[in-house]
Amino acid sequence: MKNKLLIVSVCKEKLHYFEFVKPIEDIARGMAEEDIYFETRSYKNLGQEDVKKFDRIIICGTSLKDCEYLNRIKKFSWIKRHGGKILGICAGMQVICLLYGCKLEQKTDIGQRLISASKRFLGMEGWKEVYELHNYSIKDTTSLRKLFEVFSQGSIDAIKHKKKEIYAVLFHPEVRQKDLIRNFIRI
Amino acid sequence: MKTAVLFSGGKDSCLALHYALKYSDVKCLISIVSKNPASYMFHTPNIKLAGKQAEAIGMPIVIERTKGEKEIELKDLERAIKKAIKIYRIEGIVTGAIESIYQASRIQRICSKLGIECFNPLWQRNQLELLGEIIKLKFDVIITGVFAEGIENLAGKRIDGEFLEEIKKAHEKYKINPAGEGGEFESLVLDAPFFRKRLDILKSRIKEDRQGGKVLEITETRLLKKEKNEKNEK
Repeated sequence: MKNKLLIVSVCKEKLHYFEFVKPIEDIARGMAEEDIYFETRSYKNLGQEDVKKFDRIIICGTSLKDCEYLNRIKKFSWIKRHGGKILGICAGMQVICLLYGCKLEQKTDIGQRLISASKRFLGMEGWKEVYELHNYSIKDTTSLRKLFEVFSQGSIDAIKHKKKEIYAVLFHPEVRQKDLIRNFIRI
Repeated sequence: MKTAVLFSGGKDSCLALHYALKYSDVKCLISIVSKNPASYMFHTPNIKLAGKQAEAIGMPIVIERTKGEKEIELKDLERAIKKAIKIYRIEGIVTGAIESIYQASRIQRICSKLGIECFNPLWQRNQLELLGEIIKLKFDVIITGVFAEGIENLAGKRIDGEFLEEIKKAHEKYKINPAGEGGEFESLVLDAPFFRKRLDILKSRIKEDRQGGKVLEITETRLLKKEKNEKNEK
């Protein structure tokens, strides 16, 4: 049976699709031999019924200046009701955190960084180079740690929901660490 | 959105311009002319032709000169972007970055500082696929410099099906970046669907540079009118 993957774009500008969404489509397309079906949709016109048929969902990132999605968090309310696997990337991580009542803080990071990854997080083990591009990071609070397993080195790099298969990373694995996306599509 | 495209005159910045024209309101091009042939950010052998290419496209261009000193050259880029914001009221920059985090993150930082958008429509694209797209879109591209072992014979050649096969072989044998983003080769776009006129090379010669690379030195060019059916995008 095919893995049914939904790729959710949060980009306001069409020109950002090529930078934040297409690279993820290309990774999924490159896994054709693994019987993967994927569709890409904008978060703007996505409801509970639309996401039902997908067993895994990736919510993509967007540009530093694009914050429109942060003012439309209700549009993502399907995340809490969806029973499948979800991976939030950068903006996607921020959305997941806000939906679960956690907080963001303003912090701009641009460029490459080394992180120590955990095998418990989508099979990523050892020191990994990651690419960061964000204006908001995740605030480390007790409510966040109550709900999520937290992977951090100074700042929070990744989280995994303790009861659901919801994963999120603040860095961009579509740029460095493409295997993280492949592993998510495979699990 | 009003944008400016960082323009070197090579295939990547022209393909980025192709996307920018489709999905934004391109107001001008920005070129940085570097004196340093080893510049990580800006050097390309025929950057002096960017102005003529802009004329062929029918687009204003902001040209800024730099000594090409590492990191300081970014101040010169920032000055050029500020000029474009002031003159053309641009709200975003479009680049032809594909894989280089070094280049992309530096431009992202400048845009973030100036409060404008940064678009990278070629980001993470398969580099052989990009060459295929350039051929499919009927860009007329000439190789103006080769700086890697195994591709010395490509200087002065056009990017076409034959070039694609040769670069594939060089990629397999010598691990050469097929898009040339690491400076393995440089290109110059003579014509594309959005050019109103095409650039015609009248005088050129292939010469060896100080590092042993081969450069197509172009000394005389002219702009030629295109037939109506040749212009199909702008």
